[in-house]
Amino acid sequence: MSKLMSLVSEGAGKVNPVSVAEYVGIGGYAGLRKAVGMTAEQVIAEVKKAKLLGRGGAAYPSGSKWEHLLHIPETPKYIVCNADEGEPGTFKDKLILGRLPLKLIEGITIAGFVFGAKAGYIYVRGEYRKIQKQLIQAIENAKKENFLGQNILGRGFDFDIHVISGAGAYVCGENSALLNSTEGKVGRPRIKPPHLAEVGLFLQPTLVNNVESLSSIPAIVLKGGDEFLGIGHPDSGGTKLICLSGHSARTGVYEIPLGKVTLREAIYDPEMGGGIRGGKNLKFFHLGGQSGAIGSPAQLDTPYSYTDLRKAGLSVGSGAIVVMDESVSIVEYLKGVTEFFIHESCGKCVPCREGNKQLYAILQKLSVPGAANEGDLANLRRLVTTMTAASFCGLGQTAAMALNTAWKHFKAEFEANVSKTAAAAAA
Amino acid sequence: MQELTEGQVLKIMESYGNDPQQLIAVLLDIQEASGRNVVEQKWSILASRVLGVPLSKIYDILTFYAMFSTNPRGEHVIEICQSTPCHFTEAERVVGWFEEVLGVKVGATTDDGAFTLFRTSCVGACDVGPVAKIGDDVFGDLTLDKVKTLVKSFRDGQPNLREALICQN
Repeated sequence: MSKLMSLVSEGAGKVNPVSVAEYVGIGGYAGLRKAVGMTAEQVIAEVKKAKLLGRGGAAYPSGSKWEHLLHIPETPKYIVCNADEGEPGTFKDKLILGRLPLKLIEGITIAGFVFGAKAGYIYVRGEYRKIQKQLIQAIENAKKENFLGQNILGRGFDFDIHVISGAGAYVCGENSALLNSTEGKVGRPRIKPPHLAEVGLFLQPTLVNNVESLSSIPAIVLKGGDEFLGIGHPDSGGTKLICLSGHSARTGVYEIPLGKVTLREAIYDPEMGGGIRGGKNLKFFHLGGQSGAIGSPAQLDTPYSYTDLRKAGLSVGSGAIVVMDESVSIVEYLKGVTEFFIHESCGKCVPCREGNKQLYAILQKLSVPGAANEGDLANLRRLVTTMTAASFCGLGQTAAMALNTAWKHFKAEFEANVSKTAAAAAA
Repeated sequence: MQELTEGQVLKIMESYGNDPQQLIAVLLDIQEASGRNVVEQKWSILASRVLGVPLSKIYDILTFYAMFSTNPRGEHVIEICQSTPCHFTEAERVVGWFEEVLGVKVGATTDDGAFTLFRTSCVGACDVGPVAKIGDDVFGDLTLDKVKTLVKSFRDGQPNLREALICQN
């Protein structure tokens, strides 16, 4: 029996993305219709029961985030959707934004209703320019059908959604940087506290959620938190959109129930990854984005859930599963990862801005026979510790995660090019 | 290519209600309308005056976000994704193909001003890697033949040649 699901992605690719009638035809807006008959507390109780963990990468419990915001008395409150999908190996938000934008719009509208907000913002990465235009069209169409705008569904509730474009900055995926960018500023992260729920967009109380998280809200309202929880793992309900890329035979987005599919199934099942291209062997997989952990084939039987992956030293993150075959050198791969962070570091703090450059320099030495010595390996370890502990935001704190986890599985490969003579000379 | 006029730039700002909060969107539109994928200094100065934003803040934005350029680029900017999923599915070969077909190295603009070739970070199309983003469109599963077709399509102004090659959302 197929393990694939379509709790969030139902209709994607089958309906005209901007047609409200077609969206309603596949059961769309039933969640909003139900939500407007409930109190804010009732909706949030369902989100809490569902144990929805943030799908952008940080896995923060959405229910707690919503409850926190509800109890803040200041108004106006803003709803912001983080659609700055820029994590290499991640293209799942694009599936919803491009093929099922009304699902996201419905989720944001429910949030708007819960918090009595007047305005919502969808911050879409600049590279998704065509998707932005389509999203604006979908919003216009929803307004015409009274699912947005004035007096929505005759409930005396006014709400509008604006589309904001990024302009090419990975760090804007960090929620506080994203709010700065939405305000028309440079997207550097803010210091926390204060929490964004208290001091967010335009310094007002703000909800910031990922595309997939908000698109899960209609199903939670409609089915109820308990049923949503039952679909997934006891610690984290629902489904996850996973993205297979790299040397996977069947690259693409697949929706799986959390905790009920193993990594082996995700990578090898003929309905999902279908194994490794060209019949080669798997060397490693990189989960959750560039800042996620690297795993080895020995970990393939780990169930894909937040809890199980964490116990195995891995993480769900964004849902990325970059599959690499036996031809790839781990040091070369990590050079690619580090190059990415050198480019995307915003430069605000030294551990991230300089740390990544130094990591790259050492990795470069490690890729040339005899160029590195034992001291370089020690420096590599120190850099990892410093960057992780002392960087200002999540970008720098997690930039060395891939290296740190790869070290556990491929230590010999790191050491292969280290010159013993150089070590002796250094000593 | 028609030079962008002051009237057009004022109109772009007006379409955003001359709202300084919309600065990034305004600058993106100015760049798109420039025909050379550039935000020229004179338009930054104009935007600074009209929107009431210091010129330094405008340059803060122009130099922070990767999509902006303060130097003229080709009419068509070709960006090859170099992030790991594409890089290890042979994105460098794609770079080589474009260099060969265009006759310029990465970072350079063709003599006729039609194309500039760059590497870029993930464009979110890893399922069809290696990919190139040209303007607003992404082209995936690239081969030398496809690269030749794409360049011809843009050079000769024949969009129909590339339509089938555009990755759908």
